Amino acid sequence: MDLSVVDLSRLQFALTALYHFLFVPLTLGLSMMLVIMESIYVMSGRAIWKRITKFWATLFGINFALGVATGLTMEFQFGTNWSYFSHYVGDIFGAPLAIEGLMAFFLEATFVGLMFFGWEKLSKPGHLAVTFLTALGTNLSALWILVANGWMQHPVGAAFNPQTMRMEITNFQAVIFNPVAQAKFVHTVSAGYLIAAAFVFGISCIYMLRGKWVEVARRSMTVAAAFGLLAALSTVVLGDESGYTLTDNQKMKLAALEAEWRPQPAPAGITLFGIPDPKTRTTRFEVKIPWVLGVIATRSFDQPVASIYELVATAQTRIVSGMLAYQAVQILKTDPRNAQANAVFAVHGRDLGYGLLLKKYVTDPSRADQATIEKAAWDTVPNVPLMFWSFRIMAFTGFFFIALFGAAFFLMSRRLHETRWLQWAGALAIPLPWLAVELGWILAEVGRQPWAIDGVLPTGLGASSLTRPELWITIIGFTVIYGALAVVEIGLIVRTVNKGPYVADPEPDRPALYPKSDNPGRPLVVAAE
Amino acid sequence: MHVPIDYDILRIIWWSLLGVLLIGFTLTDGFDLGVATLLPFAARTDDERRMVINTVGATWEGNQVWFILGGGAIFAAWPFVYAVAFSGFYLAMFLVLAALILRPVAFKYRSKRESRGWRATWDWALFVGGFVPALVFGVAVGNVLQGAPFHLDDDLRSYYTGAFLGLFTPFSLLCGLLSVAMVILHGAAWLTIKAELGEVRDRARRIGSVAAVASIVLFVTGFAFVRFGSLGYRLVGAPDTTGPSNPLHTIVVKAPGAWLDNFSGHPWMLIAPTLGIIGAVAAFFGVQRGREALAMGGSSASALGIISTVGLSMFPIILPSSTDPRSSLTVWNASSSQLTLFIMLLATIILLPIVLGYTVFVFRVLWGRIDTKAILTSHDFY
Repeated sequence: MDLSVVDLSRLQFALTALYHFLFVPLTLGLSMMLVIMESIYVMSGRAIWKRITKFWATLFGINFALGVATGLTMEFQFGTNWSYFSHYVGDIFGAPLAIEGLMAFFLEATFVGLMFFGWEKLSKPGHLAVTFLTALGTNLSALWILVANGWMQHPVGAAFNPQTMRMEITNFQAVIFNPVAQAKFVHTVSAGYLIAAAFVFGISCIYMLRGKWVEVARRSMTVAAAFGLLAALSTVVLGDESGYTLTDNQKMKLAALEAEWRPQPAPAGITLFGIPDPKTRTTRFEVKIPWVLGVIATRSFDQPVASIYELVATAQTRIVSGMLAYQAVQILKTDPRNAQANAVFAVHGRDLGYGLLLKKYVTDPSRADQATIEKAAWDTVPNVPLMFWSFRIMAFTGFFFIALFGAAFFLMSRRLHETRWLQWAGALAIPLPWLAVELGWILAEVGRQPWAIDGVLPTGLGASSLTRPELWITIIGFTVIYGALAVVEIGLIVRTVNKGPYVADPEPDRPALYPKSDNPGRPLVVAAE
Repeated sequence: MHVPIDYDILRIIWWSLLGVLLIGFTLTDGFDLGVATLLPFAARTDDERRMVINTVGATWEGNQVWFILGGGAIFAAWPFVYAVAFSGFYLAMFLVLAALILRPVAFKYRSKRESRGWRATWDWALFVGGFVPALVFGVAVGNVLQGAPFHLDDDLRSYYTGAFLGLFTPFSLLCGLLSVAMVILHGAAWLTIKAELGEVRDRARRIGSVAAVASIVLFVTGFAFVRFGSLGYRLVGAPDTTGPSNPLHTIVVKAPGAWLDNFSGHPWMLIAPTLGIIGAVAAFFGVQRGREALAMGGSSASALGIISTVGLSMFPIILPSSTDPRSSLTVWNASSSQLTLFIMLLATIILLPIVLGYTVFVFRVLWGRIDTKAILTSHDFY
C-alpha cells in the first residue's frame, strides 16, 4: 500500500473513532436504563430490582472501561495527527472539548466509581442520585462533543483572522445553539438508547430461550421494550436530516446519500433502490417513491432538493471567489492594513476555504487554471455509493427496530414474554444497531469530505507534518492494542452473561415469588411486575 | 461582544490555570500513577494486590479527568501549544496513550477472573500504566526546558525535525526520573493513608522514603544543569502583550542560564523551589514515621513547588524552539483569542468549584482504610 500522510492520518482517525464509537453509545443508553431500573428498585423496594440493576451495571462497567480508554486517544489525536486543524480552529473547536471535560466527564468519571463502590456506603435514594449523575454526565458529554462536531459540519459564529492565520470566535451562543449540533445530539443520543435497549433486550431473550434467570430476564425485557420503542422512534423521526439544508456541504451530503445527480421537480421523490455509478454520474435501475424525499428534506411540498450537478456548479463559483480571498490573505500576512486587500477579503473571505481546495493540485491557488478548478469542484462530491448504501442500511435498521420494539412493547404489555419468535428476533438483533451507528458515523464524517471544517478547511490541509513510518507505527500499535482489548472485552461480556445475575451476589431475593430459578415456564405469580 | 478583561491579563490567568491543571493532575492522578508503579513491589500476594488496587479503585477515574481536561484546556486556551507539542512529541505521546489505555481496562478486568496468569498480566499492565506516563511526562518537561526542534512557516504550520530517540538526553532522563520519584512518593503517601496497617503499607513507606530522597537529589541536580549547563532561552525586546497570537512576531534567543533570570529579578519566586525541597523533606519524615497528614501534605507541597519552579523559570516562554528560536511559543503569542479566553474563564469559574465540591464529597464518602477482609467478602470491590 502506498498511502500518503493525509490518507494514513485519516485511516488512523477513522479506526480509532469508529472503535471508540462501539462503546460510547452503549454507555449513553445503558446508564439511562440503570437509572430507570434503580428507580423502580428504590420506589418498589423489591430486592430483585437491585439485582437487575447491579447485573446490568456489571456489563455497563466492562463496556465503560473501554469507552474511557479509547476516549483518551480521541482527546489528544487532534493535536498529534491534525496539528494544523488544531491551530486553524482551536479557538472555537477547543472550547466545547474543554467544557466537556469540566462539565460532563468529571461528573461521570467521579460518580461512576461511587456507583460501583458505594452500595454499602449510601442510602438508597443517595445511590440512585449517584447513578443519575453518572448518566447525566455521559449524556452531557455527548452534548459537548456534538457541539464540537456540529461546528465542523456547520461552522457558525466564527471568522478568519489573517493576522493569526486562523478562525476565531465571534459569537459563542451561535456555536452552542448550532442547529446542526442540536439535531445531531438528539439523533446520536437516541441511537445510543436504542443500542442499550437492544443489548438488554437481546441478552434477556437469550436467558428466556435458555430458560435461565427468567425472573431477571422478564423484567429486563419489559424495561427494554418500552425504552427501546421510544428510542427507536426518536432516532428515526429526529434523524439529523433536518440539518441537511443548511450549508452547501450538508446539501451535498443529502444529494450524495440520495444519489441525486440531476435536479428533479419539487417535491423530489426518494430512491428506494438503485446502483449509483460515480463514473457516469448516474444511478442505474432506480426505483423511486414520489414526493417523499422533498417532504422529509425540505419539510415542504414546493422547495426543490439541490442536486449534485447544481452543487458542483455552486462550488465552482465559490472556488473562483476563494482564489481572490487567498490572494488577499497573502498580502494581509505581511501588510495587515492594506486597504485594497482588506476590501477584497471582506467580499470573498467566506470562500477562502474553497480556494484552499486547490492546494491539493497547486501550491498557489490564485494561479489555478479552469480544468483544475473544475476538478476541485468535483472533489466536493463525497463517495456517492458508500453514502447511498450506508444510509439505506442505517435507515432500514431504524425501521426494523421500530417494528421489533413496537411488537415487543405490545406483547410485554400483555405479559406475553414467552413469545418464542420474539425471543429469537431479540437475540439475533443484538449486533444490528452497532452496524447502524457505525454507518451513521460514516455518513456524517465521510459525507463531510473533502472538508475537515465545512467550507473552511479541506481535510488534506489539517494533517500534522508527520512521516509515514511514524504513522504506520501508531496505526499498527493502536490496531494491536485495540484488537487485543476487543477480544478481552467480548470474552468478559460473554463470561459475565453466561454466569448470570446471581453469581456475584447469591443472597436470595426471589423465593417468595419464583419457586425455581431455572423455571422456563410462566412464573406462578406475575402480578409483582 | 465586549470583553471586560484585558488580553494580557487573560493570558496570564490562563498561563496560571495551565499550572493549576498540571498541579491538579499531579496531586490527584499522581498518586494513582504512583500506587500502580508501587503495585508489584509493595504488594506480593493476590490479596495484598487487591487491597492496593482498591485504595484507588473508586477514585482513579475521576482523577484521570484532570489529564483529559488538561488536553482540552490546552486546546481551547493555547491552541498553538496543543498543535505543536503533541504533533512534535508524536511517538512519546503514543507511548503515554498506549500505557494509559491499559489502565482503565486493567483496573476493571483484573479481578474478574481467578486465573493467576490473567491477574499477573493485568498487574504488569497497571505498572506500565503508572510508570511509563510518569517517566514520559518528566522527559517531556525536560525537552520543553531544552527547547524542541520545530519551526513554523508563514501559514503558521508547524514542522518538527527531531527524532523520537532524540528526546532522551541526560537532562531529560533526569527530569523523567524526578517525575517518577515524585509520583512514587505521592503514591506511598496515599498508601500510608489508605492501606490497611501492616506489611504492605510498611513496604510502601520504605520505598516512599527512598523516593523522597531521590526527589531532592534529582531536583538539586536538575538545578545544577540549569545553572551551569547550556540550557535557557530569553525573550528579547518589549513584546506586544495584547497583540494577535502570531509567534512569528516575537524574538526569542538561546541564552545559557536564562532560566534563572526570573528568580534573580523576583526573589520571592524562590518560594517555589524551596517548597519543592521542604515538602519532600517533610514527606520523607511523614512516610517514614507513618504520619499520614505530614506524608500527603509534604508530597503535595513538593509537587506544587517543583512544577511551579519549572513554570516560573520559563515565564513568559511556554515552548522554546531549539532550531528556530523565533518560532518559540510564549504567553503573548500562542493563546486563543481574547473572547475565547474570557468565555473559557467564565466556564472555569462556574464549573471548577462544582467539580471540586463533588470530588471532596466522593472522597469523604469513601473515607477510611481499605480492609482485606471486606474485599474478600464483598463483591463491590475490584
